[in-house]
Amino acid sequence: MAPENKLDKSKMVVVEGSYAVAHAAKVCRPNVISAYPITPQTHIVEDLSQFMADGEIPNCEYINVESEFSALSALVGSSAAGARCYSATTSQGLELMHEVLFNISGMRLPVVMTIANRAVSAPISIWNDHQDAISQRDTGWLQLYAENTQEISDMTAQAYKISEDKDILMPSMTCMDGFILSHVYEPVVLLEQDLTDEFLPAYEPEHVLDPKNPLSFGAFADPNYYTEFRYLQEQAMQKALKKIEDVANEFYDVYGRYYGGLIDEYRTDDADIIIMAMGSIVGTIKDVIDKLRDRNVKVGLLKVRSFRPFPVEAIKNVVKDAKVVVVLDKNISLGLNEGALFTETKSSLYNTDIRVPVVGYMIGHGGRDIKIDTIEKIIDEAEEVMKTGIKIESQFTDVKEELL
Amino acid sequence: MKSLLAPGHRGCAGCCDAMAAKFALMGAGEDCIVINPTGCLEVMTTPYPETAWDVPWVHSLFENAAAVGSGVEAALKALGKADKAKVLVMGGDGATLDIGMRSISGAFERGHDLTYVCIDNEAYMNTGVQRSGATPFNASTTTSPAGKVSFGNDRPKKNMPAIMVAHGAPYVATTSIGYPKDMINKVKKAVDIEGPTYVHAHAPCTTGWGFDTSKTVEVAKMAVQTGLWPLYEVEEGEVTKVRKIGKNIRPVEDYLKMQRRFKHLFTMEGGAEEIAKIQALANKNIEVYGL
Repeated sequence: MAPENKLDKSKMVVVEGSYAVAHAAKVCRPNVISAYPITPQTHIVEDLSQFMADGEIPNCEYINVESEFSALSALVGSSAAGARCYSATTSQGLELMHEVLFNISGMRLPVVMTIANRAVSAPISIWNDHQDAISQRDTGWLQLYAENTQEISDMTAQAYKISEDKDILMPSMTCMDGFILSHVYEPVVLLEQDLTDEFLPAYEPEHVLDPKNPLSFGAFADPNYYTEFRYLQEQAMQKALKKIEDVANEFYDVYGRYYGGLIDEYRTDDADIIIMAMGSIVGTIKDVIDKLRDRNVKVGLLKVRSFRPFPVEAIKNVVKDAKVVVVLDKNISLGLNEGALFTETKSSLYNTDIRVPVVGYMIGHGGRDIKIDTIEKIIDEAEEVMKTGIKIESQFTDVKEELL
Repeated sequence: MKSLLAPGHRGCAGCCDAMAAKFALMGAGEDCIVINPTGCLEVMTTPYPETAWDVPWVHSLFENAAAVGSGVEAALKALGKADKAKVLVMGGDGATLDIGMRSISGAFERGHDLTYVCIDNEAYMNTGVQRSGATPFNASTTTSPAGKVSFGNDRPKKNMPAIMVAHGAPYVATTSIGYPKDMINKVKKAVDIEGPTYVHAHAPCTTGWGFDTSKTVEVAKMAVQTGLWPLYEVEEGEVTKVRKIGKNIRPVEDYLKMQRRFKHLFTMEGGAEEIAKIQALANKNIEVYGL
């Protein structure tokens, strides 16, 4: 039974999503912030810069780097030198970081980075989808997706606690939908400094760059050793499955707020149709579910918070009694005609006794508005799948035929 | 003086990188943190689980050493440890003035308190002697080979020290592993000056340049004595010191003929004219720096 979210409305203020995230990063007491501006991440780094200018982040250096590549590269050095590190980026910036992402993870440096998810060029688009982060799936970063500004703000502290755990030591991306969350003003409880000091202990790494105890970081591994480095990274990811749940519960104990651990559920108990999705689209889906429940359509939501590590068992447990699973993806693997959440959900169910049909919809590419009507239509089609089986396994949504 | 680079590493006999790293560490002292991009020096000193480094050392990628150095420096500041360690980046010519150019430019523009030592052996040696932006005019490399219609690399070296001076670095120096005291003193001076400082060390590679493993120092000295590699210091934008050659100046042939990479200049038709062009480059250095 999931804990009940106790949101203290008296503590709520109306701020932009980016401000809530910047404030959360500040409250986590980072030692080095390194970032390069890119829409729609800019407001986060501007707010952090103002905090720095006002002397509000003690024991911290902000590096105004010349590229995203260097933004993350600098944090290799900072983290290895013992600093708690923060960055934020999106889209092209995240793609430029690709090589460094592998490096940070392989060196087991627990950096936390907010991604204001945005489509990838070409054609250039500043608007939201998840292609940027999904394309970095295999780099060894935890990927956590938030539904609203309260969740992404609180997720910052959770991510540090997960990443810095001595059994994990893997970096985290906390993902918020660009513009939809980064630029929206809504009421939030800003992450509390006193509670965060209680929740998140100071970062005290075992291994640091220190002349008094010289260690070598980043040696090369020949075929006698390389496999074990990869194996241990995967072991850490598997341990993170439990850690993410534990940290969500610990967060609830301290702050009284809860959004699920690896996943969250909404009206799934008796659901024949389970919709799966990540990010802000979840809010729209909940509204549609409420509406359809009034019409006795047995539909529920499985919100995926953790895309990496992928919550196989948690998903299986929720969908095992459903009659159809519908997966919405704001990304596509070109050449497979599937979104990543869909592919991986199917993969999780194969070789099991669970025989529920799974269909996929790729939706909201490049920021295309996802309307209530669209979700309703998808659920109508799911009802057809229940009756007659799968006709189309995976498809684009809202393609404008007149533009083709 | 204690060597902070242990013997037993996997460098070639007569390796210029090992000498350069040892001299740089003698200048910087044991309270330093070394950042080392991908390259021969990295590979030969740190095959997991071994290391030759008696100072803290970090390798990240090929093109980001100056950014990693920026991050180490920022962390030391934030954690109140800035007085506990010097930040010393040591990278090859490819890592510095080709693929790492953006990174070093950013670090110097931002003014981090670090010293960058470029160990310049004038090509990508770790991958098998391919040309870099530091490869000299008419050198034969595996990607700029001499051939029936080519004398080899058709461009002069990129003037990296001048680029670093243009960044407003308080201290920029050229040095050579042929002159260990010169190199040790310049690195020591560089790490003691606040802000981003740059030392460019000329470093002949026995394998890539094609000379006997016992001749590394001799070849290095000859580059200086011909005027092809002038040794100077630039402080706050002004040349403050130059190592004079004076009457002992040698013709560039004496340098070129020591190395396989220039051998074609002595056998191909038109080679003499090409050597004259190289002599003109040396003459220009002699004039500009008053060697």
